[in-house]
Amino acid sequence: MNVAVAVDEIQPETLISYTETGPAPKRVVVGFGFWIFLLSDIVMFSALFASYGVLVNATAGGPTGAQLFNQVSVAIETACLLLSSYTCGLMSLAINSRRRIATYLGALVTFVLGALFLNLEIREFVGMIASGATPQRSAFLSAFFTLVGCHGLHVTGGLIWLAVMMAQVAIKGFRPAVERRLFCFALFWHALDIVWVGLFTVVYLMGVIV
Amino acid sequence: MEAPYHPAPGENSAPGDEARASSELLVYTTGLSLAVLLTATSFWVANTSLLWGPGVPLGLTVLAIAQMGVHLVFFLHITTAPNKTNNVLALGFGILIVFLVIAGSLWIMNNLNENMMPNMPMLN
Repeated sequence: MNVAVAVDEIQPETLISYTETGPAPKRVVVGFGFWIFLLSDIVMFSALFASYGVLVNATAGGPTGAQLFNQVSVAIETACLLLSSYTCGLMSLAINSRRRIATYLGALVTFVLGALFLNLEIREFVGMIASGATPQRSAFLSAFFTLVGCHGLHVTGGLIWLAVMMAQVAIKGFRPAVERRLFCFALFWHALDIVWVGLFTVVYLMGVIV
Repeated sequence: MEAPYHPAPGENSAPGDEARASSELLVYTTGLSLAVLLTATSFWVANTSLLWGPGVPLGLTVLAIAQMGVHLVFFLHITTAPNKTNNVLALGFGILIVFLVIAGSLWIMNNLNENMMPNMPMLN
């Protein structure tokens, strides 16, 4: 095949200079692998977004988004998640400079804001279900609960992960393995905020204007 | 305690990696300010009657994509620096798949609805 010819044509010097650097550091490999996972997670969310976009008008005579969504609570949820993403970044800075107290503080604020977000979202769901807007009511509501609920589950998972990581920092200290996990957590938390940007725009804001 | 990790120049770095911690706070704060600005604009655009109605969804889409870009650059540190090629390539592929899934689904389903026989229920 042509590939073999191409390999033969590579100058030996260039090959040596590549291999001299050795394998990438573990932090880079772990970060890249986790980035691939995050992208696959975003692809999964894109499928849920697509099904929501297709089913958004299939209300079967039931309530529409404009009747159900409360923009004030969505604005507060958005603020909570955005600020928690920021404090998560501050926590990463504290971890990089090995400041233990600042790390705990950043994690605490991140956790509280994330929990506040989740609390508001659960209240919204409970209110909707109490008023008869259950996932069984229409295809629109099925798609809505799947999409928003999936994001909520990710936030829940993130909160549990954060609590576990703080226990690891307390018990094991800033070991390289613990730092890599904290680094992955920060990526995960920032990626969740990116998904929420798409979510509040497509579901809540566009749902209210249409 | 070990020294903090400092990648060598030209070394491939992981997403989220940044060597200079001093300017890092400024990066996160800039990102937050931009994100707050874009979010506030999105909420304003959705609630105002000053703008031309049919253009609002497009405007919201543009604002959301801009904010995703802000998050990627300022929070996830996905930049086009030469040592971050792998991350950007992976992101490009991810965006391609996301685009195909969303645009393809909407296109096909709209087409199906338009080509329905009269008196048949809509698929949407």
